Amino acid sequence: MYGTGRIIPALAIFLGFMTFAVWYNAGQAQQPPKPEKPKDYKECVAPTEYMRTSHMVLLNEWRDDILRNGGPRTGVTANGTSYTRSLQNGCMNCHNDKKKFCDTCHTYAAVKPYCWDCHLEPMKEAM
Amino acid sequence: MRILKALIAVVALVVVALVVAQVPGGQSLIGIVLPYLAFAIFLGGFIYKVVGWAASPVPFRIPTTCGQANSLSWVKQDKLDCPSTKLQVIGRMLLEVFLFRSLFRNTNAEIHDGPKLVYGSSKWLWLFGLMFHYSFLVIILRHMRLFTDPIAPFVHNLEFFDGIMQVGAPVMYQTNVVFILALGFLLLRRLALPYLRYISLPADYFPLLLILGIGISGIIMRYFLPVDVISIKQLTVGLATFSPKLEGQIGTIFFVHVFLVCSLMIYFPFSKLMHLGGVFMSPTRNMANNSRMVRHVNPWNDPTIKPHSYAGYEDEFREFMVEAGLPVEKELPAEAGAEQESKTAE
Ligand code: HEC
Ligand code: HEC
Ligand code: HEC
Repeated sequence: MYGTGRIIPALAIFLGFMTFAVWYNAGQAQQPPKPEKPKDYKECVAPTEYMRTSHMVLLNEWRDDILRNGGPRTGVTANGTSYTRSLQNGCMNCHNDKKKFCDTCHTYAAVKPYCWDCHLEPMKEAM
Repeated sequence: MRILKALIAVVALVVVALVVAQVPGGQSLIGIVLPYLAFAIFLGGFIYKVVGWAASPVPFRIPTTCGQANSLSWVKQDKLDCPSTKLQVIGRMLLEVFLFRSLFRNTNAEIHDGPKLVYGSSKWLWLFGLMFHYSFLVIILRHMRLFTDPIAPFVHNLEFFDGIMQVGAPVMYQTNVVFILALGFLLLRRLALPYLRYISLPADYFPLLLILGIGISGIIMRYFLPVDVISIKQLTVGLATFSPKLEGQIGTIFFVHVFLVCSLMIYFPFSKLMHLGGVFMSPTRNMANNSRMVRHVNPWNDPTIKPHSYAGYEDEFREFMVEAGLPVEKELPAEAGAEQESKTAE
């Protein structure tokens, strides 16, 4: 092999980049999120599996429907639970601790919804 | 027809993934076994290729010279297009690797009435090539959100800037749009221009279509058939920490995406895509054009055969050269010359 002095270090750098995730994670405790579910309610506005994958789609639909098409501000699930179709007054009414619910997942998945630039997160009642 | 072969291959991969993901155990095959296998083949194949190239001797100094070489002091050298020092070569390589300078210099020849041959600059390939490669890079780096826990800090910046237009939810990434547009251009270019279609082989179409498939399956997964990102991240971080677990319900589209990515990794080292390593290894780019200043020794040369200079050659054959009436730089020694003359006189 010619140019070993350059090629071996270059390949080592390449391998370092490629295996970035392996050595970056090494020795770090993993924190899979455990969102704290509301105790006073039994079901979400849609089936849990759907909520896990598509809650942002639902929020986007609500927003467009209410603000652009003048859609209804309340809804009822198939099981008869009625809810407010709203981010602040709906989701956050049941999921009233943003840090222990929404944020656990979002921090884990590196999502930072910009909604909270304008919308307010629920305050702790004790305050 | 040649694009059809490549298209069939990619569609076949998608179908295989769709079927295997339904079979019991198929999901762990695609989600756990295949990624490790593909990654090992990718790294091993990459090193194998690079070492293979490094083992090939370069008999001559063969940089492509695209400008004025280093010459007399009053002739202006084109330092980047005809580098003569290491530093200039590094400059040339940096511009090539980061900005695709050789594509920027692309020209287009056209025949006008006359007939007259006209050369014009042609920057489309450069522009879309650059857009494609950089958006691909951002997309790969952004994927580190799924492989690092806690998240690597640069991911947050990428996520922020990539979604800065705040369109929809989940938010639209600009790089996704640029990526598909650029790939579409690169594919249409091969299809629309007759002379490019003529030289395009299945090996040219296949990587384009495969990468397009990866992009489209990823976009479907994010925006149209949303998947459970938390369960997926548990799997992917598991892969990076060698403790993979498949839990929860993960949509089939995820397995299609992963299967295509693994296919790309396996295909990579044995295809034209190896230009990732090749661009650094190509002697037409990484050598200095200094053959008038520095002697380039062919590594093939037998070290026992010593170089033979002209002076040495003349020393060896001077007598015969003079005899044959050939001009010599150094005359024969005087008395030897006299002897010679007397001989001829006889
Ligand atoms: C009526 C009260 C209520 C409202 C309103 C509500 N949720 Fe829920 N949500 C729940 C309950 C209860 C669960 C737990 C369901 C279960 O355990 O199956 C849940 C589950 C979820 C989950 C799944 C969590 C997990 O760990 O799997 C998500 C995500 C979620 N909700 C998001 C939202 C969003 C976003 C909104 C607003 C669009 C919203 N919820 C509105 C009560 C509510
Ligand atoms: C620029 C500020 C701003 C941002 C950012 C923003 N919203 Fe809103 N949103 C509003 C305003 C103003 C309303 C109107 C409130 C009303 O009329 O009830 C609204 C209403 C809504 C509604 C319907 C009514 C209600 O009470 O909730 C939904 C749902 C909603 N937003 C969701 C979102 C989501 C999801 C995001 C993040 C992806 C988001 N919003 C980001 C300003 C904002
Ligand atoms: C089970 C985990 C989980 C919970 C709980 C959860 N989210 Fe999410 N959320 C996610 C994931 C994962 C994404 C990103 C999806 C992606 O990147 O494709 C996301 C994305 C979003 C987005 C779109 C952000 C963007 O910019 O793309 C919004 C808005 C959102 N979540 C709102 C909420 C709200 C409000 C709550 C609390 C009521 C909540 N989520 C709770 C997992 C969760």
